[in-house]
Amino acid sequence: MNRKTFLIFTMPSFMMMVFFIAIPLFLVFFQSFHFKQDILEIVEREKCDPFGCKTEILKVPVLDEKGNRTKINIWVGWQNYKNILQFEELNSIIKNNGYSWSAIQSIDFYQALRFTITFTFITLPFVLFFGMCLALCVNNLVNRLKGPVIFITLLPFIITPVIGSLSIKWLFIGDGIVTSLLEYILDKDIAVFAKAWSIELLVLFYRIWHTTPFAFVIFYAALQTVDKDRIEAAFVDGANRFQRLRYIVIPHIMPLIVFVTLIHLMDAYRVYDEIVGFGAEGFLNSLQWMTYDFLRLDDSGSRYIGRASATSMLTMIGIVIILIPVLRRVFREQKEKKN
Amino acid sequence: MKKLFILFSVIASFSLVGLSSAKACENKNDVPLTSLTSGFDAWKVVTSAMEECGNYTPTLDQEYKDKIVAALDSNPSQYALAGVSASTNVAVLDAGLTRPLDDLIAKHGGALQDNQKVTINGQVMAIAMMTNAQHLFYREDIFNDLGIDVPTTYDEVIKAAKVIQNAGVVDYPLGATFKVGWNLGEEFVNMYLGYADTFFDGNMPAVNNANGYETLKMLKKLTEYMDPEYLNSDSTYVQQQFQQGKIAMANLWASRAGAMDNAEESSVVGLVKFASAPAAKKGGKPASTLWWDGVVIAKNISDEEAEAAFKLAMVGLDPANLGASPEAAPWISNAFDPAPSNIGAVMTAKGGAAPYPASAQMSTLHGVLGNVLPDYLTGAATAKATLEKIEADYITAATEKGLL
Repeated sequence: MNRKTFLIFTMPSFMMMVFFIAIPLFLVFFQSFHFKQDILEIVEREKCDPFGCKTEILKVPVLDEKGNRTKINIWVGWQNYKNILQFEELNSIIKNNGYSWSAIQSIDFYQALRFTITFTFITLPFVLFFGMCLALCVNNLVNRLKGPVIFITLLPFIITPVIGSLSIKWLFIGDGIVTSLLEYILDKDIAVFAKAWSIELLVLFYRIWHTTPFAFVIFYAALQTVDKDRIEAAFVDGANRFQRLRYIVIPHIMPLIVFVTLIHLMDAYRVYDEIVGFGAEGFLNSLQWMTYDFLRLDDSGSRYIGRASATSMLTMIGIVIILIPVLRRVFREQKEKKN
Repeated sequence: MKKLFILFSVIASFSLVGLSSAKACENKNDVPLTSLTSGFDAWKVVTSAMEECGNYTPTLDQEYKDKIVAALDSNPSQYALAGVSASTNVAVLDAGLTRPLDDLIAKHGGALQDNQKVTINGQVMAIAMMTNAQHLFYREDIFNDLGIDVPTTYDEVIKAAKVIQNAGVVDYPLGATFKVGWNLGEEFVNMYLGYADTFFDGNMPAVNNANGYETLKMLKKLTEYMDPEYLNSDSTYVQQQFQQGKIAMANLWASRAGAMDNAEESSVVGLVKFASAPAAKKGGKPASTLWWDGVVIAKNISDEEAEAAFKLAMVGLDPANLGASPEAAPWISNAFDPAPSNIGAVMTAKGGAAPYPASAQMSTLHGVLGNVLPDYLTGAATAKATLEKIEADYITAATEKGLL
């Protein structure tokens, strides 16, 4: 393929990447160094409502001749990042309490970081393990059963996370049927949504339940490409089931295990649906949830775009950092193949 | 044959309903109109009367406040009419999204009372239709059985809760709208105003003081008598706890009072009674805030649409319509007597509860409160650290908005 043809063929996807990835990313980056504000003025006005009249002195937006608010974007340097990372506060906490994790977590960002990281790395091995187990089990099923079983196994992955977490929430909250059943069996009062650890456990369980089918379907597809002759040869040589798995199957599907890891790390680091779905924001806080919370309108109809952009950038940086080891592995393998 | 008969009677009854409702609206509406309001019962009463005039699609949405500014800000506005509360009115008013109503009132608003007109510098910007406040709901039967007097202060509430808990007659003595976010923020605002008068000292927040400390302590004491999942408990949740007989007391919105006697949902019809919100300290004013809900008309629509919208709103707010469902809300109208279920709101207002101090500053503080308080209630933060964090977070937020 000559250079021109190559350019013509890749141009559409290149353009898409510029418009839908590069430009938005740059705008978020740009916005994270700004405060977006209405131009305000102090007014004195007389307000009467059903509870009487009073004169109030308020800061209200200046309206232009068309009656619209005028927004300005003020350059503030690293201020948004400082407001989120709160290094000074962190320093004083460490000075007073030492490296007490519970004290450090009084700053929202570190609380969010703690949860996001544990969430990401606890769910990963479970998803890989259960996905692999399911794939091996289904692979050994009678052909007639495979279709229906695959379909049923995929169901948790098909449900939208927010809906899925809502329905799981209703199973557990208050006198939900699962809680009632547990209370009946254990004969004591259970309140899953009253403690941070029980909610966190439920959130972890939910994500593993939700994502395992994804790992399963990839691994199952990969298992179809394992060379049957090699398995048979190993069998003849006296390799048991575990040895065949360990020395033939796993190395063969390794690239896909890396792939699932990559996708899962990216997805899990952006955890947010569960916190919304479970209504867990009183107990848990994730980086993406912080962004969402900054973007929510308050009663006065404004939001914190600057800090929301800064948390987005920090989340992205976090994802890049945790992906580096995985990506390095992929590059090394590609290089080895070329040689 | 029998089935066919049932089918016919069902169809017949539907068409009868159709006929009778068609009669209800005298002024047919020709201009297509829409509205965005909250979703509680009072809005159902108002919008369903308006729907009978035709060409009108209401949107009733509990999360309406997330949309209202953006929706009215577009040109033309997404909705001709909107329902606002004392607090959301500030948002649309400050953004200049609503129109003055004086001309329309002169033409079509003869039936309005003066205390329904929400004016800014003499211009009517909204029509209030009802007041709202959180006040005491209690199970009269339980109180009588256990010989408890209706509490007038929060210390008495806690005493009563103890007695009820020891008697073990309900799952939890107390219910409360402690859901993380706006609801929990509102609980702090209510309680704090029972101890103090103001949240600000000039531009700066002033809650890190003895009053703030007392407020936090009291809120935490109350949680001991609640369903441990209180951080997920919003107005609807508390309403259902009452209806299912799981709680004996709660400080709940007046707009939920009617639902206690709704025989379709409630197993405690006639047993729940209402009283003023308790005071935070003995002899003090009720620890609650007074709210109003009402109608505004968007600026970014044509004058004809605005006129039609106003006429339509007058159908919804007609005293005859509101008087037909007096239990739905504490309506602002002299044309009929308030329903017995509105007595709590009336008593709370008479006791001198403060109107919600709506402003951009207050909305910012309210948001901060809703996010910071859970850590204190769950025990993750101390009262001192919580009060400091409220002020620090407010300053960060207000600086970003340009309020400081």
